[in-house]
Amino acid sequence: MSLSRLSSPFLSGTNRVTLQMLQLLVALIPAVVAIVYFFGPSVLVTITLATVIALLAETLMLWMRNRPLKPFLTDGSAVVTAVLLAIALPPLAPWWLTTIGILFAIIFAKHLYGGLGYNPFNPAMVAYVLLLISFPLEMTTWLPMASLSDQPHDINTAFQFIFSGQWSGSIDTMSGATPLDTMKTQIGLAQMPSYIIQQPLFGLFGGKGWEWINIWLAVGGIYLLYRRVISWHIPVAMLVGLSVISLITWLIAPELTGSPLFHLVSGGTMLGAFFIATDPVSASTTVKGKIVYGAGVGLLTYIIRIWGGYPDGVAFAVLIMNMLVPLIDYYTQPRVYGAMR
Amino acid sequence: MTQKLGSFPGGLILDGHKKQSTQVAIRKMPLSKKLVLPLQQHIGEASTAIVSVGTKVLKGQKIAKAEGHVSVYLHAPSSGTITAIDEQPVPHPSGLSALCISIETDGLDQWTKREPTKDFTSLSGHEIRHIIREAGIVGLGGAGFPSFIKLNPGIHHNVETLIINGVECEPYITCDDMIMRERTEGILDGIEIICFALRVKQCVIAIEDNKPEAIAAVERALSSRLDLTSTKVVIIPTRYPAGSEKQLIQVVTGKQVPSRGLPIDIGVVCHNVGTAYAIARAINHGEPSISRIVTVTGKNVEHAGNFETLFGTPMHELLTFCGTKRQSDEPFILGGPMMGYNLSGDHLPVTKTSNCILVGVDDSAEASTPLPCIRCGECATACPVSLLPQQLYWHSRAKDLEKANEYNLFDCIECGCCSYVCPSEIPLVHYFRFAKTEIMNQQQESAKSDVARIRHENRLARIEQEQQEKNLRQKQRKAALAASQAAKAKAAELVVETTTDNQEHN
Repeated sequence: MSLSRLSSPFLSGTNRVTLQMLQLLVALIPAVVAIVYFFGPSVLVTITLATVIALLAETLMLWMRNRPLKPFLTDGSAVVTAVLLAIALPPLAPWWLTTIGILFAIIFAKHLYGGLGYNPFNPAMVAYVLLLISFPLEMTTWLPMASLSDQPHDINTAFQFIFSGQWSGSIDTMSGATPLDTMKTQIGLAQMPSYIIQQPLFGLFGGKGWEWINIWLAVGGIYLLYRRVISWHIPVAMLVGLSVISLITWLIAPELTGSPLFHLVSGGTMLGAFFIATDPVSASTTVKGKIVYGAGVGLLTYIIRIWGGYPDGVAFAVLIMNMLVPLIDYYTQPRVYGAMR
Repeated sequence: MTQKLGSFPGGLILDGHKKQSTQVAIRKMPLSKKLVLPLQQHIGEASTAIVSVGTKVLKGQKIAKAEGHVSVYLHAPSSGTITAIDEQPVPHPSGLSALCISIETDGLDQWTKREPTKDFTSLSGHEIRHIIREAGIVGLGGAGFPSFIKLNPGIHHNVETLIINGVECEPYITCDDMIMRERTEGILDGIEIICFALRVKQCVIAIEDNKPEAIAAVERALSSRLDLTSTKVVIIPTRYPAGSEKQLIQVVTGKQVPSRGLPIDIGVVCHNVGTAYAIARAINHGEPSISRIVTVTGKNVEHAGNFETLFGTPMHELLTFCGTKRQSDEPFILGGPMMGYNLSGDHLPVTKTSNCILVGVDDSAEASTPLPCIRCGECATACPVSLLPQQLYWHSRAKDLEKANEYNLFDCIECGCCSYVCPSEIPLVHYFRFAKTEIMNQQQESAKSDVARIRHENRLARIEQEQQEKNLRQKQRKAALAASQAAKAKAAELVVETTTDNQEHN
């Protein structure tokens, strides 16, 4: 017979941290399939590499901190961090880029703050920003979409490039810019956004391929909502915040920005809304707070995209809002039963 | 007439497990050879024994009297001889002992003289409260607060609504369900008396919709009672903890009891169905509170059911009677699985608040090592009081009690919803109980030291005052002395002066 608890309640629900993490990973599957379809299988290599490094780093840190290995290695949080970062990295990110990112995420952003549950910043985003600032070239060199490339890569060439930096084709065929990047640079060159989206890089409403990856991420997010792993407040607030500010700017100054729809399906919008900003550890916890937090992420993402120095702003927006969480939580406490108005 | 119901945030939909113990009608537990009656079976001051060892007592005879205002009388549940008045183990989470009266029953079960009231409307509210206090009636829902106090509207309050609580939201427990099915008339009689004593305008019998038999029974009985036209049954959706007083008031009236206030502050009084029945027995039949319905159920109970059990009956007899499969040292739960507590020994008496004995819970929580809090906020979503359990946990764990208090720790009703939903399996309620006790201890300590400090200051002030008075007296004495000397001197001068004057005049 198993030992029962010492004090009530003696019943317990079925929700578990590991279960939530697993469902998060399941929800990412359609998007990963889409990435493979549009950008080739190299993302699978990066995900595998990131997961292995993450588990090694987690083991090392738990061992150094004298923490039990089994409960924390099986809670799934390290794997989630690894997969999220791997998806956010460019498809042909060299092995050392992934490794540095994961080590920084697990060791610095997570364990030096106290491990699972104690990190004030989202580890994957901390790592992403570190890499973006330190290695801007590698972080913004994207593969052209498989259909646009004359030499689509297979798993072997991906392996070869990621681990040795050798590329069999010309360097031009492997480097490209993201739609967000292109939009930003060309607006800077005084091109009209309505003209820019005529280019082959762009699809129905956003970047070709990117729009579908974002849509599949949103589908995964809706699955998480349905399974009650996340609540609607943060994603809805973030997407509404992003839509409203981009709609206003688009109506007033169409020469400055892509359409609201373009922003919704570009870059890290959906990954941020459903998988990054909803990370419970670093997000706001009160209902009102979640709305403030989500809306803040949405607004800041747009502001950084349009007026900042980087093409995408999700990671910065999430980290800035992470900083404000204690403040938001303090001022958005719910009214307790029987409290005087 | 349908009334729009209110609602409370959070809560849980739990598997009721009620069928197991509602298959058979309420049975009478056979008389035990020895009954052990703790002097404290209620909230408030313990009663004082008024019998001594060797006294022969009759069923229903008073054996202990109320001590102070918040206290009630205690009666012999059966006839027999007092064999001991000493410390005995009592059902308490800490496993402590307390003063008890032990009775060896003679098997005759002979009643003392009962004094039923033919027409309670001839009594005053005060007289009714007096009888109920003397009958030893306390809230039978589980808390055990003396009922007569809740029958007093006081001079400052108008009681708008009386809520009779037949919700019974905890899984497994069915004693209220069964009493509503089988002793409906008695409950309605009790409601009449309570309404009369409280001069209340309307009465609501609240029952969860998972008890169709009880609802049907009460509605049927109510339809033939022309005297209870302002009483109605309100069916409320099954959601734990709808039976908790504050949440029930919110569901029925839409109003909230002010924090640290009482239901009567918003014109509401709640009584449990079992209590209403006991009140009717006391007034209309002259029978004091000597027994209650106890649910015995659980995975390891073969003949689960509800048993009319005399107070003081040892729990092991009940367990044996129901065919329980358990090791003698295996813990079982007194109360429900959400708010009850673990008992390890079964040589403990059934008391006025023992509503359910639960042996073996399905899907019971295991004592696993909890993971850290991941701040998912499930607990805040589940909290029926709109607290932020994860913040309370944070501060309770850090022993930052002031901060925990600031986050309204004392509004926590310990319903257990937060612990139930926690994905990290953190025993949150355990932390909150600990923090509450710590704060109360601190307050007691500081009250004590305050008293000492005030005493010390008073003493210093007294010494100071005495010193001042002494100084004053000294001064006065000196002044008087000086004055008298001055007067003497003046008198002498005067004499001299007059003589010189005389001389001058001459």
